[in-house]
Amino acid sequence: MSADLQLSGLAGTVIHDAIVPARAPWLHHVAAGQTLRIVDLEGNQAVDFLLYAAEDDAERYSAQDTVAAQGNLFLRKGTVLRSNEGRAMMTITATTVDYHDTIGGACSCESNTLRYGHHTKAEHACVENFLEANLREGRGKRDIVSNINFFMNVPVEPDGSLGIVDGISAPGLSVDLRAEMDVIVVVSNCPQINNPCNGFNPTPVRMIVAA
Amino acid sequence: MIANLANPMAARDHARRMAGSVAEAMPVLPPFAADLPSGVSSDDLLWEETIASGGYAARRLARGARLRLIDLKGDACASLLVFNAEMPSERLNVADTVKVQWNAYLGSGKLLLSDMGRVLMSFLEDGAGTHDAFCGTSNAASNAAKYGNGANSGPTPNGRDRLLLGAAKYGLQRRDVHPCINLFKGATIEADGRIVPVIGPFAPSRSLILRAEMEVIVVIANCPHVLDPRAAWTVTPLRATAWRGPVTGADDPVRTATPEGLRAFENVEDYFRR
Repeated sequence: MSADLQLSGLAGTVIHDAIVPARAPWLHHVAAGQTLRIVDLEGNQAVDFLLYAAEDDAERYSAQDTVAAQGNLFLRKGTVLRSNEGRAMMTITATTVDYHDTIGGACSCESNTLRYGHHTKAEHACVENFLEANLREGRGKRDIVSNINFFMNVPVEPDGSLGIVDGISAPGLSVDLRAEMDVIVVVSNCPQINNPCNGFNPTPVRMIVAA
Repeated sequence: MIANLANPMAARDHARRMAGSVAEAMPVLPPFAADLPSGVSSDDLLWEETIASGGYAARRLARGARLRLIDLKGDACASLLVFNAEMPSERLNVADTVKVQWNAYLGSGKLLLSDMGRVLMSFLEDGAGTHDAFCGTSNAASNAAKYGNGANSGPTPNGRDRLLLGAAKYGLQRRDVHPCINLFKGATIEADGRIVPVIGPFAPSRSLILRAEMEVIVVIANCPHVLDPRAAWTVTPLRATAWRGPVTGADDPVRTATPEGLRAFENVEDYFRR
């Protein structure tokens, strides 16, 4: 049996290894010091991503604090994912994709009605996944804030024009996140089929936690 | 002279003697504004308040109300949260606001969208042009690092803690304080993602008018922009004036400007179909 190349360069012992099916949610607690690797198995699959502090989940990922602190919209190697109280939650320690998005937000049934029309209201969406996963732990709609979209590309033009465009990811590319505190990771493996964020074809992703 | 305040009646008299005092930042009750736009009756005034440097305000506004903000001296920074007053779990969604409108820069004709696909407020007029949907506001840690203190009780309060207090006055909690927009202080984005803060100071008296498209609670903090490059904590007072106005009509140009925006108004109208 050949070596699992998707584990290459990941230090420590693998303590959790899961395939998130296309269109599905995923929730996992990651302890301080552990590393989460997300693998885009088939390429250009947006992974919508939220974080909560395990000891106080009113403290959570803040896209605005993260981009303001680094003075840049794009999440790259070295980016510190910050909370709404300015604390470091996770750090991007490696990424084989140049940058990731945190301004595009998550698709929802409701925003789909605006972007594409009311005929899309019944389609599955990331906010549905975020809600389903968070409800298991007593969180709800008020706990959903601007998220990260790993493997998604949202450029901003000089006139402010902005949009989700063709991805820059590819099969097998990955991002590594080191937990700086005990965190709860909530993911939606994006089911969107109306824009290029998933290549119009949602696919599985792999989540590997090493300690 | 120090008053003798040894008994309650003396303390009462001392307190009552303050009546009629005027401060730079204060509400005016009943509201009065000498500079309402033509066609607006003073009978329709709802709110007149000057928000202190480093201060905050929270207010419920009816559907159709107009909210005018004025950067009185050129260094206000209005960090704004917006909630559906009837159901505050519905609130401003900054990501949907920029994504649905295919544009990151706020200004005249733009909509502030909720997480339920509805328009909470729209920009009727914008005399500033420098706003920011990306950076959020300062917090206790960032102000402590930058100014040595970020506490509400200190000389250099931070935006997040002001928004928390404003939201709390309507019964809301830490988890209700969502990503905000900043009005009057701007940010532009370079091709490589770099954020360029546009901080001024600007000419005095720039103003903008927002229209409430739903029953809303607005929470406004007036603290220095989180990327203000100046070493000193610098912010000047912000004036808020609101008046009653008609609910947006079917042929309103802001309502019909884009197919995405029109559907957001249709979702609002569907919500109020009761």
